[in-house]
Amino acid sequence: MHTYLSIILLSCLSLVITVEPAKAQITEKAEFGKFAITNATIHTVNSGVIEGGVVLIDGEKISYVGKNAKITADYTHIDASGKHVYPGLMDSGTLLGLLEISAVPVTNDQAELGEYNPHVLAFTAINPGSVAIPVTRVNGVTHVISLPVSGRISGKATLIDLYGYTPDSMAVRAKAALHINWPSAYKQGGWDDRKPEKIKEEYQKNIKELNEYWKKAGFYNKMMNEYEENSSGKTKPDQNRQLDAMREVIAGDIPVIISVERANDILDVIKWTREHKGAKFILAGVEEGWRVAEEIAEAGLPCLVSTLYTPVRDYDNYQRPYQNPGLLHKAGVKVAIATGETENVRNLPYHAGYAAAYGLGKEEALKAVTINPAEIFGVDDRLGSIETGKQANLIISDGDPFEPLTTIEQVFIRGYKIPMVSRHTQLYEEYLHRGAVKN
Amino acid sequence: MRIIVALMYALLGTFLSGHAQEKGSVLIKHGTVLTITNGEMENTDVLIERGIITEIGQGLVAPDGVETVDATGKYVMPGIIDAHSHIAGVHINEWTHPVTAEVTMEESVNPNDINIYWALAGGVTTINLMHGSANVIGGRNETLKLRYGAGLEELPFEGAPQTIKFALGENPTRVHGQGFGVQPRTRMGVEQVIREHFDAALDYKRRREAYLKAKKEYDNRPKGIPPLPVARNLRLEVLADIIDGKILVHCHSYRADEILMLMRVFEDYGIEGYTFQHANEAFKVAPELRKNGAHTSVFSDWWAYKFEVYYSTAYNASILNANGITNSINSDSGELIRHLNHEAAKTVHYGGTSVEEALKMITINPAIQLGIDNRVGSVEEGKHGDVAIWSGHPLSVYSMCEKTFIDGKKYFDRERDDDDMRLKIDPEADYEEPARRWYEREKYEDSCLQGAIVRFGEEGMSIQQGSY
Repeated sequence: MHTYLSIILLSCLSLVITVEPAKAQITEKAEFGKFAITNATIHTVNSGVIEGGVVLIDGEKISYVGKNAKITADYTHIDASGKHVYPGLMDSGTLLGLLEISAVPVTNDQAELGEYNPHVLAFTAINPGSVAIPVTRVNGVTHVISLPVSGRISGKATLIDLYGYTPDSMAVRAKAALHINWPSAYKQGGWDDRKPEKIKEEYQKNIKELNEYWKKAGFYNKMMNEYEENSSGKTKPDQNRQLDAMREVIAGDIPVIISVERANDILDVIKWTREHKGAKFILAGVEEGWRVAEEIAEAGLPCLVSTLYTPVRDYDNYQRPYQNPGLLHKAGVKVAIATGETENVRNLPYHAGYAAAYGLGKEEALKAVTINPAEIFGVDDRLGSIETGKQANLIISDGDPFEPLTTIEQVFIRGYKIPMVSRHTQLYEEYLHRGAVKN
Repeated sequence: MRIIVALMYALLGTFLSGHAQEKGSVLIKHGTVLTITNGEMENTDVLIERGIITEIGQGLVAPDGVETVDATGKYVMPGIIDAHSHIAGVHINEWTHPVTAEVTMEESVNPNDINIYWALAGGVTTINLMHGSANVIGGRNETLKLRYGAGLEELPFEGAPQTIKFALGENPTRVHGQGFGVQPRTRMGVEQVIREHFDAALDYKRRREAYLKAKKEYDNRPKGIPPLPVARNLRLEVLADIIDGKILVHCHSYRADEILMLMRVFEDYGIEGYTFQHANEAFKVAPELRKNGAHTSVFSDWWAYKFEVYYSTAYNASILNANGITNSINSDSGELIRHLNHEAAKTVHYGGTSVEEALKMITINPAIQLGIDNRVGSVEEGKHGDVAIWSGHPLSVYSMCEKTFIDGKKYFDRERDDDDMRLKIDPEADYEEPARRWYEREKYEDSCLQGAIVRFGEEGMSIQQGSY
């Protein structure tokens, strides 16, 4: 009897739940359509600052930027009096989406086994449901490069925006760059007890291997090109997935991010890039870039750098990490900020803020998280500034986004008005006034 | 006369402490003084004499021989206090037993560590140099003033109460349960390890005191059989001191359940005035923390690097503060310690803590947690002359620390900031620091597990032990 009663009660309960789907829904949905942001101070990046300006968003794109817009009734009006509008910020080097909890290996997808993996794609392993994604975007970061990091050639980095249910919908460039870890001529940690001669020997050996791989890939590319141009009378060469993946790199269609930190290694990389013409190269990390800034500028290599780390050497001035982006810029290098972070990519604006304070300046620092990375990765037709026709990636704030006291009030990604919630805000809402001790 | 008195005090100080700590005098004029305990005072002078703040006001005149620093348009704030640090530490973890209360960080200090100078450049003057988190009850910590250039014996904060490290959760259960196959393997075991050792400490104290009393009586009137000796046991003695309230507990913890567990245990043994370190889930049990008068010392935004910090929120500090808990922001990192002002600013960003309260989290609140708030943590007459001058408001990302004073003596000056600030350089030593990848900087390290974590590296346990 009791059982029947319970079943009836349970049925009633489930009925209540099913007729009120709004209550069962745990997260807000992003809004999409037509938005008019008015009375804003617009930091366009490419064409100065507009006071009391208007930005119109139509679907995915910005349809108007200026002062005298005709706003029809079908626009959702957002009054931004006293507020600032900036392009969404982009982090040029992260592990976001690839790694959920670093100490839990089963959640780590950033490091495939093997030394040469040009064919593995970060795009494949991006988890759109990563808890860190909403945490990141509500701080104004709308785009990231996520890169695989193991071995010599780690695989291909992806450029994604931080809104979507599938990597496909998030990808700005599914394959944004190849990632190479330049071999290091230095000790790899306190545990590394190799003799200096041994380190040098292995360094040379690693470079030799890389050269041979590149040569092999070049040969494969040439052979395939010849076959594809005219296959008549030829036997089809065997397919090789790894070398196939190198073709678009060698052709210069996809750039190569080379991670390199130390001054001497950077000089070796510069020499190496000159010997491998055709491909496009970008340096990442570049912690001692300031020591060889002129050489990097002369080679025309853009740099992905950050600021919040300790000096490379004990005898370096404490400010060098903060100054590195500014010193590189002064020498003529194009810089973009890459935090190298995962769950704290949200600190990107502060990495930029330190760079601004220590020599880069606010204007250039803003470029380093907007238009510069867009240009470096060849997507400046869509991202990096507030211009008519570009994607509507915007942030509305009550001040300078590099200042921690500033609040990011609204984020738009690809035209979607993003709910300003994340697990961090949800826990705040739930626990701020939790109530009685015994509950 | 004044000079003679000063000299007498200086000499007295030398005799009492057994060594000379250099104290300085300086008049900082026209700054905006962030007093912390008495609001913001514009265009105000601060006079420090022989290491002590003697006057705060306007139109102060420098006594003879006292240097004047113009702080017009600048901010003067108390030296930042980091309640959780491992910089300048030599050995961090005595990881050979789940309870090692007998060890202390007192002499595990490298006074020449360059990180001390880098921290001074971020306006930090005092740190809690902590033992690691490998053990449930670790070693005692050492409160240090960052007197860079002074010797080992001159770094300790004179008169600061002793504090000790406890650790709950993943670290001690990994090291001892998983690593050595001894309790604790679980959070259940962690509780019992603490209770068993406290019980043993109480028994020890009772027996030892009875023995000492009997021995004294026997020594006075040696008649009959002498009392059976109860040997001194430093480990249990320290634990008994914790129960007696002589040593403050700073407990590495993350999850709400383990925080509640320790509060129940401490209530049973009458232990008060303790601080939960990291405490990423403290926000979930804020009312209980409040009821027990517990303090917290948290990261501004670190999370998700291990499972027990996955359900974290950067709003932790703001929730704790709004619930009336004395909270500090710490670094636990040689990188974060360089900009704790910026870390404190994030509490305003996440959850709207006021600027005043945010500043307390890196000054007076950590001072309270270390039991030194009557001497440092605010700009007040009678307190130590530990102050820093900032180019702008310290919660702005664009502000820089320009000068840092400890006991009125200048230890950092941006105008005299040479490239190589190392103190003692061994010409034989290889100073080429190992390379690190830019995307792996500090992420995979838990600095609290220094020394202990290597046992779980790829090389395996035996090899690593052999190299120790």
